[in-house]
Amino acid sequence: MRVDLKTVEQWVVNDAHILDLGCGDGTLLAMLNDKKNVNGVGVEINPEKIQACIEKHVQVIEVDMSIALENCVDNGFDVVIMTQSLQVVRHPNEILDHVLRVGKEAIIAFPNFAHWSSRLYLASKGKMPVSKNLPFSWFDTPNIHFFTLRDFEEYCKNQGIEVLDRCVLNSNNKPDALSKFLPNVFGSTAIYRIKR
Amino acid sequence: MNSTAPQQSPSSSDSQDSLGLVTPQSVVFNEPFVLACGRELSQFELVYETYGTLNASRSNAVLICHALSGNHHAAGRHSADDRKPGWWDHYVGPGKPIDTNCFFVVCANNIGGCDGSTGPNTINPETNTFWANDFPRLRVRDWVHSQHRLMTHLHINQWAAVVGGSLGGMQAQRWSLEYPDKLRHCVIIASAMRLSAQNIAFNNIARQAILNDPEFHDGRYLDKSTAPKLGLSVARMVGHVTYISEDTMADRFGRELRKGSFTQGVDEDIEFQIESYLHYQGNSFSEKFDANTYLLLTRALEFFDLAREYNHDPIKAFEHATCKFFVVAFSSDWRFSPERSRDMVQAMLAAKKQVTYVEVQSDYGHDAFLVPNERYEQNLRTYLSHVAKECGE
Repeated sequence: MRVDLKTVEQWVVNDAHILDLGCGDGTLLAMLNDKKNVNGVGVEINPEKIQACIEKHVQVIEVDMSIALENCVDNGFDVVIMTQSLQVVRHPNEILDHVLRVGKEAIIAFPNFAHWSSRLYLASKGKMPVSKNLPFSWFDTPNIHFFTLRDFEEYCKNQGIEVLDRCVLNSNNKPDALSKFLPNVFGSTAIYRIKR
Repeated sequence: MNSTAPQQSPSSSDSQDSLGLVTPQSVVFNEPFVLACGRELSQFELVYETYGTLNASRSNAVLICHALSGNHHAAGRHSADDRKPGWWDHYVGPGKPIDTNCFFVVCANNIGGCDGSTGPNTINPETNTFWANDFPRLRVRDWVHSQHRLMTHLHINQWAAVVGGSLGGMQAQRWSLEYPDKLRHCVIIASAMRLSAQNIAFNNIARQAILNDPEFHDGRYLDKSTAPKLGLSVARMVGHVTYISEDTMADRFGRELRKGSFTQGVDEDIEFQIESYLHYQGNSFSEKFDANTYLLLTRALEFFDLAREYNHDPIKAFEHATCKFFVVAFSSDWRFSPERSRDMVQAMLAAKKQVTYVEVQSDYGHDAFLVPNERYEQNLRTYLSHVAKECGE
């Protein structure tokens, strides 16, 4: 199993009520349904991905993430999950506020823009980094807010958000010694478990 | 209670994915039936159709609830010469999204309707005259309770799914609260938890057209062998305008003329294609529908407010449900807009219910739930294929 999925699985308790924002084709929720018997629902706007969710027997609602969040009651979910979607929203701060209002906890995964390869790419070529994990050009990327582990942790500190767990993966989507030692340099993906 | 053959309908197919010929059945319930308004029907008849075969464990039954102008004839044809099949033929049949190879599908004409079930155009046994304007005011829950009687008659313990569009979706919602253990899935299409003020306003115009038709005779028109066809026709025209989207109307009719011309120096009236279309819709509807039924059903629509008895809290309401929900809305539906479906879905989520919601792109407005649409078909088919798998044998 993919390490990022396994990490999320470890952080989720059995029978939890889960909201997965930007759930894609439902892979994560299908796994959590299977392993943790969760009551999980995804939020997605791409019709093909929604069909893929229905095929997997994953509950999904087709609505814009911010609309879904605004209309969710406080602490309505045990966990709100956002994997690879915080960097694509227009107002990450507003989304995070809602996420931490709606969920008792949140699990947030995002690409670390301070990974050494991005630093090197930008420093040497003077162009926005394009890599295996960030395959888009500046003009067509869905990622409109790039940030780093340090940015995120600083934000959490300033906002009184508690970091409960962290898992940093290298560019092969695996935890290793380097990404443990210097996470903001060798970490390609970061996964945080947070609460307010 | 007496009845004609329960279970299976004949099906000699005219094409592979059609049900072919279907035959309506009927059942009379003689136990008194107390309505939400407090009045009682000493007996009532339901006309219904069934498609497909009930499995050995009687677990594959699907109830279809019809909308305002629908009836029990959801799919197939009554005779080989029928110009049109049932109102939902595109979605109900062998291999179709509501697959009669897997499901035993039941669809009844609701009481108060005008296609055979007890309603204003049938005889009140106590007076031996038409019920007409004396038919009790109905609410959505009355239909649900009458459908429950049909369910018992068919020896079905639990529906695999209750499915309905528009007013039918309101019945499906009510089923999930009134009989939570009697359905496993609730499919709500192009519906809402209650009508908006704008919906009510349009209904009122429609009703005024009927009430002010000189042939209405205070609702006793059948006694005089007449009918307020003009009023009913206008009512349908108003309704029809609200069922289709502006884009569909522009695409299909634009400003095309059917009669006359815009030429200068010519003094003659013109007729737009859209006018001609609306007149045709209104006229054909007024030939086959009953005006008292129209009044009754529009009022039932307006009375419906899912959460009224739950302190106006839809979350509290849905907490009573145990089924899973599949909700569908259409982008151009301004009569039952996606926002209203979203309200419903958010309440279901807050009540910790399992729900899937799709918002299908379509130019057909409220009518979209009846017309072919690839994505809607695919989503519904896939969802119901899981429901079918749960049914076992």
